[in-house]
Amino acid sequence: MGLVLNDDEVMLRDTAEGFFANKSPVTALRKLRDDRDETGFDRALWKEMADMGFAGVVIEEDHGGVDMGFMAAGLIAEQMGRNLSASPFLSTAILAATAIREGGTAEQKAAWLPKIAGGEAIISLALDEGPKHHPAGTSATAEKSGNGFKLNGSKAMVVDGHIADALIVAARTSGEEGDAEGISLFILDPKTKGVFTERTIMVDSRNAARIELDDVEVSGDALLGSLDEGMAVLGKVLNAGRAAVAAELLGAGSQAFESTVTYIKERKQFGTIIGEFQALQHRASHLYSEMEIARSAVMAALTALDDNDSKADLYCAMAKAKLGSVAKLASQEGVQMFGGVGMTDEYDIGLFMKRIRVLQELFGDAHYHMNQFALANKF
Amino acid sequence: MTDLKAFAAQAREWLEANCPEDMRQPISSDKDLCWGGRNWEFQSEAQKTWLERMVAKGWTVPTWPKEYGGAGLSRAEENILKKEMARIGARSPLSSFGIWMLGPALLKFGTEEQKLEHLPPVARGEIRWCQGYSEPNAGSDLASLATKCEDKGDHFIVNGQKVWTSYADQADWIFCLVRTDNTGKKHHGISFVLFDMETPGVDARPIKLISGRSPFCETFFEDVRVEKKNLVGTRDRGWDVAKYLLTHEREMIGGQGQLEGQGRPLHEIAASSLGIEDGRLADPMLRAKVAEAEIDDWAFSLTVARKLAEAKAGASLGADSSMLKYYGTELNKRKYELMMDATGHDGLEWESDRSNDGKLARSWLRTKGNSIEGGTSEVQLNIISKHILQLPGA
Repeated sequence: MGLVLNDDEVMLRDTAEGFFANKSPVTALRKLRDDRDETGFDRALWKEMADMGFAGVVIEEDHGGVDMGFMAAGLIAEQMGRNLSASPFLSTAILAATAIREGGTAEQKAAWLPKIAGGEAIISLALDEGPKHHPAGTSATAEKSGNGFKLNGSKAMVVDGHIADALIVAARTSGEEGDAEGISLFILDPKTKGVFTERTIMVDSRNAARIELDDVEVSGDALLGSLDEGMAVLGKVLNAGRAAVAAELLGAGSQAFESTVTYIKERKQFGTIIGEFQALQHRASHLYSEMEIARSAVMAALTALDDNDSKADLYCAMAKAKLGSVAKLASQEGVQMFGGVGMTDEYDIGLFMKRIRVLQELFGDAHYHMNQFALANKF
Repeated sequence: MTDLKAFAAQAREWLEANCPEDMRQPISSDKDLCWGGRNWEFQSEAQKTWLERMVAKGWTVPTWPKEYGGAGLSRAEENILKKEMARIGARSPLSSFGIWMLGPALLKFGTEEQKLEHLPPVARGEIRWCQGYSEPNAGSDLASLATKCEDKGDHFIVNGQKVWTSYADQADWIFCLVRTDNTGKKHHGISFVLFDMETPGVDARPIKLISGRSPFCETFFEDVRVEKKNLVGTRDRGWDVAKYLLTHEREMIGGQGQLEGQGRPLHEIAASSLGIEDGRLADPMLRAKVAEAEIDDWAFSLTVARKLAEAKAGASLGADSSMLKYYGTELNKRKYELMMDATGHDGLEWESDRSNDGKLARSWLRTKGNSIEGGTSEVQLNIISKHILQLPGA
């Protein structure tokens, strides 16, 4: 179990640490937000990330990637979490790359993977529909139509969906809403007739979209993976997404925690530094303990993915459940300990709270994963 | 790597051939543990055989050097041995404060003569040790201890009282913190001494706990003679030894959650008590808490492994042992509360046939001490605040 970073991983982490702190600190996110940037991230930054190999981190070398695996992806995501760096890393480099790598035909791989690795294509996963993550609840449909399919339905929380060059859409080709079977994946151009996209700026000033599919005609070769068996690919995609989001939560939570500890060492009230109060010391120390436990969960999940562990689902559920709770606690304690200034837009702690809120929701919150964990253990 | 594989194969073969069938059964009560010592009465012939065979291999203390009764194994080999033992459900052949606590301290601070005198009997389970640390006025604030140790030329005389001395009434020897100087700061002037519990003037009286059991004693010393050769480490600098040993103790107590976890998982206990409906535990509120506790338990055991792996890579565990102790003990209490919730009326039985003499209820009560002994949770949080977060005034 890779619970201690090896030399290569330490080097990558240090590189990523410097890269995001310099190129995409929290001030960069503030600027994107305040300028009401149409894209929602900096395309030049994304290109640089591609040049660094980050965009192709889980793509094989044959397709232009660096194939460093999920632990490497997690180390990158963690540093993005620390800096609240906006980029299509999650949507494109993790979710789409895994979907195409796992489910794509040779043609689909050749068409898309080099573009992802090169930072030339942004691809979004259009999966969830309702207010909560529920893959089996997919109700969008894809009916056979000529040699292809006709898609109908609506999708929500499509990360980076408003500027995507391609969408990977989960739609039902058989079975009933609630069935894990009968879902298929399609890769399509969002400019196709009948696709309507609404950008939804989220609480964290980051990108998502609502997408309506109204009699969208796609050809047969838009199918990604086997008909009716999209869940086999989706399972791997979601595991990757959950582990990467858990890693980003680890970074965001750690930064929120560390900045809070720094703050209570400086702030004076009642003529004393508030960090001297045991009421705060014990809460901070409890949070330190939780963050350490959380880090192990993330490292174990990333390692399980790299090892193709048969229990990877369970590891990812554990990590997402644990990080969802712990990072949230870090942000809540942070705002409380910062006090009045924690409520101001000027201080960054509130931005961390917002990002953590979004991340803990993505691909299942702590309750969702506790339930999955219980079901997998037959209780 | 191949060496380790060969070792694993040898260990597996030997254990298969030498671990008696009875010693592969889960531990159902305290009596199943073998503590050894002068007055130990083996519970069964199998218990005796198992201990003797493991002693002969040096596997009661696998990583200790051979001259002290060990097998000189590396950490990696020890881990393999543990895994192979776990694979067949082999019980630990010997439970011993001598192994867990005194041994590491003597290996680090003892003289060659002390090591040769005391370590082999520990390894063989011939001498049972107890720990004389806490006093009525020195619990969490251990450095305030006052048990007096006077220099009488060729020997010391010890007077005072210890409390929470685990199994002092059954122990043969004690490792004990005493005050040899009270003129300086409280951490100075403490010394670490060893003496036989049969020495005149030693009196151990069991304390009855809320669990109804008496694993601890009050231990009184009246003009107890201690030979000078039994001073470990530097005189007046016993706090260094104590701290080192406490780190080991915290890791051990922190790891208790895991030891318990080797029994039936919490969700299985809950399922057999409450039943499963539609693939889910029948009580949905409890189900969520059980899932949360098991996720925490899993992540915690990964953290223990991670911290030990980091320490092996050269980093010191240091104050992180406080984090593990704090988290592990609080988690263990939480798990036992949930077990009591899950078992309901059954779990409340104190004296009855089916409750195995109130095992669960007594264990539940016993866990309440986990976050008190070895430094309370609050003390651990203070240590984290001071040494890790470096908060002012901590």
